[in-house]
This record gives sequence, structure tokens and C-alpha cells, in this order.
Amino acid sequence: MSALPSQALTPALSVRDLTTTFVTSAGRVTAVDNVGFDVFPGEVLGLVGESGSGKSVTLRSIMRLIHAPGVVGGSVLWQGRDLVTMPERELRRIRGAEIAMIFQEPMTALNPVLPVGLQIEENLKAHTPLDRAGRTKRALELMDLVGIPEARRRLSDYPHQFSGGMRQRAMIAISLASNPKLLLADEPTTALDVTIQDQILKLILELKRELGMSVVFVTHDLGVVAATCDRMAVMYAGRIVETGEVASVFAKPRHAYTRGLLGSVPRSGAERTMLLSIDGTPPSLAAIPPGCPFNPRCSFATEVCRTVVPPLDEVSPARLAACHHHDRVAAAGSPVA
Amino acid sequence: MSLLPYIFRRILQLIPTLVFILVVVFVLVRLLPGDPASALIGDRALDADVQRINHELGLDQPLPVQFLYFLKQVATGDLGNSLSLKAPVIDIVAQRLPVTILLTTMAAVIALLFAVPLAFLAALRQDGVVDTVIRGVFQVGLSMPVFYLGLVLLTVLAAGLHWFPVGGYGETFPDRVYHLFLPALTLALSLAAVLMRNLRSAIIGVLGAEYVDFARAKGLKSRLILIRHVLRNALISTVTLFGLSVGTLLGGAVITETVFAVPGAGRLMIDSIYGRDYPMVQGLTLALAVLVSLTFLLTDIVQAWLDPRVAR
Repeated sequence: MSALPSQALTPALSVRDLTTTFVTSAGRVTAVDNVGFDVFPGEVLGLVGESGSGKSVTLRSIMRLIHAPGVVGGSVLWQGRDLVTMPERELRRIRGAEIAMIFQEPMTALNPVLPVGLQIEENLKAHTPLDRAGRTKRALELMDLVGIPEARRRLSDYPHQFSGGMRQRAMIAISLASNPKLLLADEPTTALDVTIQDQILKLILELKRELGMSVVFVTHDLGVVAATCDRMAVMYAGRIVETGEVASVFAKPRHAYTRGLLGSVPRSGAERTMLLSIDGTPPSLAAIPPGCPFNPRCSFATEVCRTVVPPLDEVSPARLAACHHHDRVAAAGSPVA
Repeated sequence: MSLLPYIFRRILQLIPTLVFILVVVFVLVRLLPGDPASALIGDRALDADVQRINHELGLDQPLPVQFLYFLKQVATGDLGNSLSLKAPVIDIVAQRLPVTILLTTMAAVIALLFAVPLAFLAALRQDGVVDTVIRGVFQVGLSMPVFYLGLVLLTVLAAGLHWFPVGGYGETFPDRVYHLFLPALTLALSLAAVLMRNLRSAIIGVLGAEYVDFARAKGLKSRLILIRHVLRNALISTVTLFGLSVGTLLGGAVITETVFAVPGAGRLMIDSIYGRDYPMVQGLTLALAVLVSLTFLLTDIVQAWLDPRVAR
């Protein structure tokens, strides 16, 4: 993995104290808890964690796609403007135009009753001055760009007439229609066959290079992170527990949860041993344990972990970790190194 | 994707339906109690007269023969003569059915004009004051019998305020629409209640769909999202319900036409059943059944247009 791009001095997106809460029958639930990270121009940031760790909600909170009764607090600075507080009308000009999002399941994210071509063109209509003919031409270009064959014929086809991989390509074409500068990708390969997954990942990386975008890649798949991301942020129970460059995090995890995650990834070429798994299950967001949320599952845990919430601090250059015992975790080494 | 092959297939499927309708109509009329001859000449008819009339009407023939005779008649557009009105059934149907079609169409339009905006209002403010009030009012509308509602509207808007005529049917088209407004409104309200409730929950379901979030993430205007992405998907189930409700609407038209003295097919049906006017009942039932089948056809086409997955 490359180091940070040279223009990395000012982040394109700066998330601070992002907190998303829902009022449910089980009480007030904090799905995203004081999350902060930066995305630099041209970089791919991986947001990693188990299901329910708050990574998708984080992504949706950035785009303000949280449904009532969810409440989003904190700030999301996009080129100096705060997306959290900006009026809907202004936000609409950023959504789809400057920041685009792709979803996990193209079958449910594409409107089943509208032709794919129309779903591309309505993005163009909202954000570009192109006329009807211009939009059709651009839609064809986009279909070609994402590798959908026979683009002209397929413009009038409906999502159900596409295969899974082609549907995901169509969704990417829709999202990228207006040349966004940041792509938020919510597990875009999870619903696909392994062979197709690889094609889609390559496509996203290619398009990132061609269009000069930044990408935030939400995934639970560390293999995907290793193959695509420059930096990663690990989430657990709605909080970020560790961030850093991918190579350095893989080589020397500094949070016990990250170490556990790395240990649970099967590797080819390695000696055939039992996969490590993390004991227990992630806590319910309505009943997060006191202290470090990971402490009941953690083999490094001591008394302090059960009472004091560890802050997310810089533990080595360009590395943040929220662990009281990051030194001991680091000393234990990486399960994949 | 063209809808034409689907429409063609759907029209072909109409043929067995029509044959079935013919059989049912023929059998049902012969299951009605009483016989037309007695109805025609009264209770003190002589047996000989009854036999003569039955013979003239072909009612002494075996049922299969009567059925073939009936098919031949239908094929030539001859539905016999009305026993009580002494005129060809086909002419009377042609005169009365358009009234009922206009009435139910107006009712359907009024119902949609109520249901769609109110369903949106209620769904967008789910469980709020507006939602609760709208649903409450419509719950009352739904539980009120059509004839009672008709009488209330008649008393207040026609007899009291003189905004509308008390009954009857006009000469020119605008005049007819004016005369039919109150009966159509009466008929519309219970349908509107059903459609509104259905559409409201459909909209709430669609608002939570991922493609609506995706449309938002594309930066589309709210109104465009509501109409193109939400309404179109939500209408799919409501259109089905709407088609199924047309039968109920025609049933309601029978009562409404009686209350408002509208000279439509519904009232004619009641009169003919009481008068044991076999050919008339037969002709009307046939016409109404065909009308309902055509409405179902239309519903299916609209649905296939809304949802391309249907026409596969």
C-alpha cells in the first residue's frame, strides 16, 4: 500500500464527534458514538467492523440519510461546509454531485419499476446542464465506463433484467454520473459472487484513479481492505477503536479487537491451523458494557478496562487506538504478520 | 419493453372468462324463484296461458337447447325483449348502462382525488395529528352504510343547501355530471377510505425502501422522489385493490341509483329482478359482468405499465 498522497495536508472530508442516536422501545440507542476521521483527496479509507458496529450508519449519517426517529449530531465538514447543519436544498446539490453513495444490495437500491437509463439520467438532470440528447449520450458513456455491454439496448432495460454483477455496475454508473469527488461505498461487493466481487473492486479502484475521487469503503472483509484501501478505521459498538495505514495496522495491530479480527481471516499458503475467533458476540447497542465496550471479549482486559472508557489517542505516528493496553497488544504481534 | 405482447395475451385470456360468464348468467337466471309467465300476466293466470307464454319464450325446451338458443341470440346482439318494458333488451341496456358507467367512473375519479393526496399527507406525517385525523374521519366513512351516507348528503347538500339537484339525470353532458355528482360522491367515499388506507401503508413501506434512500443520495428533489419513486411503487398494490373494488362499486351503484333516482343500470336491475323480467336481468348481468371483466383487463394493463416485472 502506498503512503498518504502528497496533497494529503488538508482533508477533503472531516468527520468530528459524529453521533447518531435512535429512540427505540428498548430506550435510547447510540449507533454511532463520537466518531471522527478524515478522508484525504485521492485516498481510499476502509471502515471495518462486524455487523452492527455502526459502519453503515456512519456512512448514512454523513449523507444525512438517517430516517426519523434517528438524530445525527456532530459535524461533517465537506470542503469547509458542515453537511449536518446545512439546509436540505444546499445538501441536495452536494448529494450525487460532489459526494455519491453506492449501496450493498443493488437489487433493492435500484428502483424496480424504472429503466436503468432513466435512473442514470435523473442524476444528470439534477446536477448537470446537459439536455436530453446530452444526457442519453453521457448515460451510454457511463454504461461503457463501468463495463456494461450493449449499453444502448440496456438503457431501456429494467433492473430485474440485469444479473447481480451488472446491477452493481449499473448502480456505480448511476452514482458516478456527475463525477463526484467522494464515493461512499457501503459493502458494495458483499451481495455478489466472489469472482464478481473482484471485478467490482477493480472497477471501483480504476474509476477512483480515472476520476480522482476519494473513497470511503465500508466492509467487514479484511481481504477487501488489504486489496483496496490506503488507510483503515476499525469500528466496534459504534466507536472507532483504531485507525492507521493498512499495512501498519495489519503488521502491528494496537487494539485487541483489531488483532482478533485479523486472526479470524483465513489465509492461503499459511499452515493449516484452527482459525482464531473472537469469543462472545458484539454487545447490543442498548446495553453497551461500562468501560471499554470490548472488555468482556478481550483477553488483554484488566480492571481499568471494565471501568474507564479508553480514549482514541495517538499511540504511534499516524496511528490512533482506543485501548488501555495498546503496548501489550502491539507486543503480542500480528496474527497475519 | 413493449407492453403489446402482454396486452394481447391478456385479451386472449378474456375469451374463456366470457364463456364462463355466459354459462353463469344463463344458469343463475333460471335459478331465480318464480316464473316469468306468472309475473307477466299476474297471479290469477290460467295454466293454459302460462304454458302458451312459456312456449313462446322457449322456456319449455330442455336447458341445453335453451342455452344454445341463448348463445345464438348473444352472438347476433339480440338479447330478447324486456317483458315489462316491451322493448329490445339491448336497446335498454345501451340506454341505461352508460349512466352507470359515468356514475362509477366519476366515483372512481373522486375516490382517487381524495385518496392519493390524503394518503400522502397521512403517510408523510405517520402517527401525527394529521394522520390520526385523516384515518379517523375515513374510518367513520368506511363504517357508514352507502344508503345512509347518501341520505345524509341528500338532506344537507341538496334539500338543505340546494347546491345540488335532489335526483334525476340531466340532458347535456355537463348537466349529467352535475346531477351525478352527489351520488358519485356518496359512492366514492367508502372506496376512498379503502384506497386511502391501502395507499397510506404502501407509501410508508416504500418510503423505507433502499431505492428511495438511493434516490435521495443522488440529490433528487423531494417532489420528484415522492412522485416518480414513491408513488409509482406504492400504487402497484393499490391499483389491484382498485380493480377489485369496481365490482363493489357497481353493487353500491344499485343502492345509490335508487336513493338518488338515477335512471341507471343498477336501478333497472332491481326493478327487473322484482318484475321477474328474465331477458332483462340476463342482459344486464351479462353487460355488467363484461364491464367488470374489462375493468380487470384495464387494471392489469395499468399494473403492467406501472411495474414492468408483471408483464414478463
